[in-house]
Amino acid sequence: MLDVRGLGKVYEGSGRRVEAVRDLTFTVDAGELVCLVGPSGCGKTTLLKCVGGLLTPTAGEVLVGGRRVTGPPPDMAVVFQEYGRSLFPWMRVRENVELPLRQKKLGGARRRGLVADALESVGLTDATGAYPWQLSGGMQQRVAIARALAYEPEVLLMDEPFAAVDAQTRAELEDLVRGLWRQRGITVLFVTHDIDEAVYLGERVLILSASPTVVREQLRIDLPADRDQLHTRVAPRFAELRTHVYEQIQAAKRGTPADRPAEDLKPADRPAEDLQDPDVSEHPEP
Amino acid sequence: MRGADALLGAAGLAAFLALGEAVPRLGLVDEDYFPPTGRIAGALAGELGDGAFWTALGDTLTGWAIGLAVAVAAGVLAGVLISVTPYLREATASTIEFLRPIPSVALIPLAVLLYGTGLRSVLLLVVYASFWQVLVQVLHGVQDVDPVAEETARAYGLGTWARVRHVLWPTALPYVMTGVRLAAAVALILAVTAELVIGAPGLGARIAVAQTSQAVPEMYALVVVTGLLGLLINVGARTVERRALAWHQSVRGEVAV
Repeated sequence: MLDVRGLGKVYEGSGRRVEAVRDLTFTVDAGELVCLVGPSGCGKTTLLKCVGGLLTPTAGEVLVGGRRVTGPPPDMAVVFQEYGRSLFPWMRVRENVELPLRQKKLGGARRRGLVADALESVGLTDATGAYPWQLSGGMQQRVAIARALAYEPEVLLMDEPFAAVDAQTRAELEDLVRGLWRQRGITVLFVTHDIDEAVYLGERVLILSASPTVVREQLRIDLPADRDQLHTRVAPRFAELRTHVYEQIQAAKRGTPADRPAEDLKPADRPAEDLQDPDVSEHPEP
Repeated sequence: MRGADALLGAAGLAAFLALGEAVPRLGLVDEDYFPPTGRIAGALAGELGDGAFWTALGDTLTGWAIGLAVAVAAGVLAGVLISVTPYLREATASTIEFLRPIPSVALIPLAVLLYGTGLRSVLLLVVYASFWQVLVQVLHGVQDVDPVAEETARAYGLGTWARVRHVLWPTALPYVMTGVRLAAAVALILAVTAELVIGAPGLGARIAVAQTSQAVPEMYALVVVTGLLGLLINVGARTVERRALAWHQSVRGEVAV
């Protein structure tokens, strides 16, 4: 569904040449939820903007559904980190969600249906008439998610969407996104700097190197499809995976090459036994 | 708190008016050139009963309103056009900086040459003075567009015109409103100035007539009327601003939505 081939981006200006992204190649299958993690400042946002058609890459190409991206693709929606700036303060919640649909030239009844459905699925039916700035941060980000859902995208890009909300809200929103993904079968590319979040949410985690960025490792997250904050996060396998990702990110920061692919992740690497919870026996052993 | 403020304001105004009554009566200034408040009020009442006064007021307001409307429309249009057209901003910046500081009154001879003493002379001066107020504000406002909002609009497929309408315009609106409020005040100043100097019909011309015919209290009464007009225009502009910008941070607290 999403095909990134040899993507590179060099910023040039005022005598400075910054290679933000060197050579990124990866694919996201239709209906897959893939998380991108990397050390801070590794060009995650640049990558996402190139994928979203907001920036023109200097090398390589991005294909969405087999078509080359030259501008924002009509079947792709984006959720930005800065919900307060991404939602328009001069429009009420309903109008914010509806605006992209009006640009799509959808009929009034169809638009109202999509808006109501999207707001209902993020649990904001009561807030349709409010202005975004009257809502809490978590609710505002729900509005942004509803706007993306109503757009009926094939691919959903999320750029560190929960970096600016508190921990409890973040946990709720993570479950919301995973639930919506399973319900609607959208392809999701989720960019985050939070390792736990990446492992908890993703079917696959792409670990990026420090800038200039390449894909350092692709890690399949073999946790069960049913995940919840309470049990998944204390599962031994979760701890192993997050430890592995953490080590890779640390190594990426130091600039050492990827020395240990995911396949080598043996039971020997498992954390101390006292972390094991006898109640969570449904999780598969590696 | 608000009630106390209003009370203090009223007391201050009353004291000012009382001072205006007392100072000439005590002989501190020449009563011929500075009549006491009571006589000015009497002259004002006389003016209000005179049909010619109302015609003059209508003339002044006509010049003000048409001039302001033209200036706002032209300023907004030019501002948006300059900002969305690549390179146009850079190309026009120095010209704007040169033309803007030219005092509108310096164009009075030109206005008289072109249009004589009619309404069009007034309009030329009013439009010239108010146009820059609006244009400069629009140019500032357009620069204030949030890059995240702009990217959001692009990501969701909004074209150039849709982005101007749904992102650029609402962002610039607070600035536009400030520009209109400033322009409204400047437009009144220029309308009265033009009438006073050129003799185009209106309150300004009436003030000039009162002056030359030694009708000093009437002259003061007309000056008071122009002051009240300015006050009303400012209050009106602020009301419009608050309603149009109910969503804006500067207004949010004041209006319940």
